[in-house]
Amino acid sequence: MNPIETPKQYSDYVDKKSPNSPIIKNCLIAFLIGGLICSIGQIIFDFCKYKGMEETPSNTVVSIVLIGIAAFLTGLNIFNKIGKIAGAGSLVPITGFANSIVSPAIEYKSEGYIMGVGGKMFTVAGPVLVFGISTSVIIGIICVLFNCS
Amino acid sequence: MHKLGKQTLHFDNPPTIIETASIVGPKESEGPMAGYFDQCLDDEFWGEKTWEKAESKIIKETVNMAIAKSSISSADIDFCFAGDLLNQCISSSFGLREINIPFFGVFGACSTFVESMCLGSVFLESGAAKNVICATSSHFCSAEKQFRFPLELGNQRPPSAQWTVTGSGAAILSSNGNGPFITHITPGKIIDMGIKNANNMGAAMAPAAFDTLITHFEDTGRKPSYYDVIVTGDLGHIGKEIMQDLCKTKGYNINSNYDDCGVLIFDKSEQDTHSGGSGCACIGSVFSGYFFKQLRDKKINKILLIATGALMNSTSSQQGESIPGIAHAIAIENERI
Repeated sequence: MNPIETPKQYSDYVDKKSPNSPIIKNCLIAFLIGGLICSIGQIIFDFCKYKGMEETPSNTVVSIVLIGIAAFLTGLNIFNKIGKIAGAGSLVPITGFANSIVSPAIEYKSEGYIMGVGGKMFTVAGPVLVFGISTSVIIGIICVLFNCS
Repeated sequence: MHKLGKQTLHFDNPPTIIETASIVGPKESEGPMAGYFDQCLDDEFWGEKTWEKAESKIIKETVNMAIAKSSISSADIDFCFAGDLLNQCISSSFGLREINIPFFGVFGACSTFVESMCLGSVFLESGAAKNVICATSSHFCSAEKQFRFPLELGNQRPPSAQWTVTGSGAAILSSNGNGPFITHITPGKIIDMGIKNANNMGAAMAPAAFDTLITHFEDTGRKPSYYDVIVTGDLGHIGKEIMQDLCKTKGYNINSNYDDCGVLIFDKSEQDTHSGGSGCACIGSVFSGYFFKQLRDKKINKILLIATGALMNSTSSQQGESIPGIAHAIAIENERI
């Protein structure tokens, strides 16, 4: 077969030739590390409750601590090394969100605080915010319409 | 100078490559080619405040090093041909703004080094210049920032992704000299086979390299065995295999004397570089550091150098455009033809 006859043939040939990401291995590691991060969150939550805090402020403390740790590790150039192994495991929890804001802030500091840090800080997280907030608004409207509490 | 076949130029008074220089970054300094480069940096910033400034410094110092190593003073160099990957080629123009040599900015993506040498050779052959310098650079960090994501972002790279080489290569070409001679150039056509995956550049560029190689053979009447080495720029591991497969379909077996700079520069298993190296400096530094010295020491005598480029930017990728590839070839030989 001549794989270069048509773009379609070439594309099929390239797909066969290019190795796929090790999906099962990646999923397993993401599950374990994602679970570990969530467990750390649970430990912080339980500790807050143990110290006599209410449930809602305890939730806030969990988010603040995990965001703080992720931002700090991003600054130390460690989070990207964790992310390379963990993939969605460190990306999906709030740690990934913190990383996606801090990493462009560091990268674009060379373009100044206004247009660099300020302007580029949400280049990665922006879509998550736009579609995350939009989805929550839609869900909210559905809730109101169907009168669910 | 006369044209052979469809797109090859043969030089009657072939220009000589009289000197080269190469500087590479820390990761390249840990790779299998480390011993051949003129200077290995242990800091990606090289004392500068930004990646872009660091890249400019790398190309500037590489050009200065090539001039210092040669017997030619910078005043005797008539023209400079240089380019890189950053928007509007700022690494080259900022890095070389003080060299005081008439400057042509060249953009051919990762094919820039050979494109510059093609243009420089024609200038020499036509009598427009006696000496020219050709240079290029790339930097992993500045390229990632421009084309992909911030470095600190914790994402995963697919197995087909390539690693942009940090470094620079420069070559001084002269109309007077005893070789190695640039005997032929085969500038390539833009070839787009519809690949859209910016994480599989080797597959996007391989058809262009294949087209240029086959055209070179048809134009010159040469066969793969004529050359001691046929080397492509940055097809990487996947692109190299595709290139070998494509050549087989036309009845050319290049397996014994073909290699790729993107495969040579990193140790895939040790350095986690996935499909290999890429970037302008990939072929720039490997040719300047390794192959030129092999030619000068007569360990190899005939080499076909094919630099490959992906002519896209981040906007075209986001708009879903496919990636046009290009490949320029030069034949470098120790004897005049």
